[in-house]
Amino acid sequence: MYSNFISLSKKAFESLGEQALFLGSFFRNIFRRDFEWNELIRQCYLIGYRSFPIVALTGFVLGFVLTLQTNPSMKEFGAQNMVPGMVSISAIREICPVIIALICAGKISSGIGAELGSMNVTEQIDAMEVSGANPIQYLVVTRILASTLMIPLLTIFADGVAIIGGFIGTNISGDMSLSLYFRKSIAALVFSDIFPSFIKSVLFGFVIGFVGCYQGLHSNRGTESVGLAANAAVVSASVWIIIIDAIAVQITSAFVYN
Amino acid sequence: MEENVIDIKGLKKNFGDKEVLKSVSFSVKKGENMIVMGRSGEGKSVTIKCIVGLIWQDEGSVKVFGKEVKEMTENELKEMRTKVGFLFQNAALYDSMTVAENLAFPLTRVLKIKNAEEIKTRIHETLDSVGLEDTVDKMPSDLSGGMRKRIGLARTLIVKPEIILYDEPTTGLDPITSAEISELILAIQKKNNASSIIITHDMQCAKITGDRMVLINEGECIGEGSYEELQHSPDKFIQSFFK
Ligand SMILES: Nc1ncnc2c1ncn2[C@@H]1O[C@H](COP(=O)(O)OP(=O)(O)OP(=O)(O)O)[C@@H](O)[C@H]1O
Ligand SMILES: [Mg+2]
Repeated sequence: MYSNFISLSKKAFESLGEQALFLGSFFRNIFRRDFEWNELIRQCYLIGYRSFPIVALTGFVLGFVLTLQTNPSMKEFGAQNMVPGMVSISAIREICPVIIALICAGKISSGIGAELGSMNVTEQIDAMEVSGANPIQYLVVTRILASTLMIPLLTIFADGVAIIGGFIGTNISGDMSLSLYFRKSIAALVFSDIFPSFIKSVLFGFVIGFVGCYQGLHSNRGTESVGLAANAAVVSASVWIIIIDAIAVQITSAFVYN
Repeated sequence: MEENVIDIKGLKKNFGDKEVLKSVSFSVKKGENMIVMGRSGEGKSVTIKCIVGLIWQDEGSVKVFGKEVKEMTENELKEMRTKVGFLFQNAALYDSMTVAENLAFPLTRVLKIKNAEEIKTRIHETLDSVGLEDTVDKMPSDLSGGMRKRIGLARTLIVKPEIILYDEPTTGLDPITSAEISELILAIQKKNNASSIIITHDMQCAKITGDRMVLINEGECIGEGSYEELQHSPDKFIQSFFK
């Protein structure tokens, strides 16, 4: 039992060390000559554009459900006209960034993990390395940058859709013009709601790309390890997202909201 | 012309408890085709992976162009790898890219050729030499096993490496294509004065392409010489390869 614990924590530390090294090689390779613009654009397309439908659906449902859920209790206090502001604040500050990041951990992190994992298993990464090309520059840098760029954009998009969802939710019971609804929900927002949440989603995007690449490139030999890499990518990206969220809320409440 | 471009001495490699290579030694001279044979799972692929630093040996020395691979800096290793072509046993084509993109990859990333016209001609030439001009726009997943192997060969040869490590170039090919590939390997040797290590189980290929052969068994070299020399070796085990 005790020795089990020791070997487990030893493994955890080793993997942390490896991730730190991997992080180092990512940063060393960003500024190399011959940046892979084409691959970056392709990845942005794959990661960003392809995720639009699911992000739109999620954002819409979030705003819609949040409105329907809060409406009755706000009605009791006669504070129904505060619903738009409340929904937009909670969606933008917390719910959209985290939910979208978790969904993307499932969709993008696992996708990258499986793709690089299978490239690893079929020796494609070795082939790149042996030809004298740089797999980190071509595969890793582009994917991490693409997800760091696209996740915040997807989150902003989801924020907007959530507000629309909230509008439709309001109009099921009451009725409020779209322009009034928008004014109410935007008026409730201040810079300190938007900026920290944007930074947070940038970090989420980085983690999603980074973890996917790390797990994919460090998969074992054998086809079953492709599935394991994808799985490990989702789990560890999700854990990181929650940890970052917990830390971020401490930082923002200490500095920004006061 | 007697310098060794590859020098392997006392190569030893274990994976966990499994002893794969015990003491493998052989060398390849400039312009020479060296055949490596041995039973499946004896560590032939491992041996050539040690040459390019994909696998690091436990003991022993591997020198390429007279320089110890283990002691190379990152840049020296990269430089060496650009001069050494490696044909993977399973071809290892990049499956998110078309055949043309696969072939262009080492040209643009390693040789840094920017001229689109030159890239196109070279792709065309090389595909022609492996007899697959009409696959340019296909994805690797749409090719048969033997075609993938030949595209892998094309991707290895397109940069005109000085040393080529072929891991079973003719396995999975029909006898006619096998013979064509063997002739191609021979032609490359003549044309570019390339030196090669050719791992193969195909005696026909060994006979056509090989200048010398080495046999690996139980992690050690058990015979070395020309095709004829080994063919008439008194050793029963060596004999059994020629039947
Ligand atoms: N990266 C690795 N990790 C662990 N074991 C390995 C690794 N690479 C090879 N091996 C083991 O080393 C042994 C030799 O493998 P290798 O691929 O070199 O055989 P081979 O001689 O090329 O056989 P074949 O003719 O079938 O290709 C095998 O038992 C294999 O399982
Ligand atoms: Mg092999």
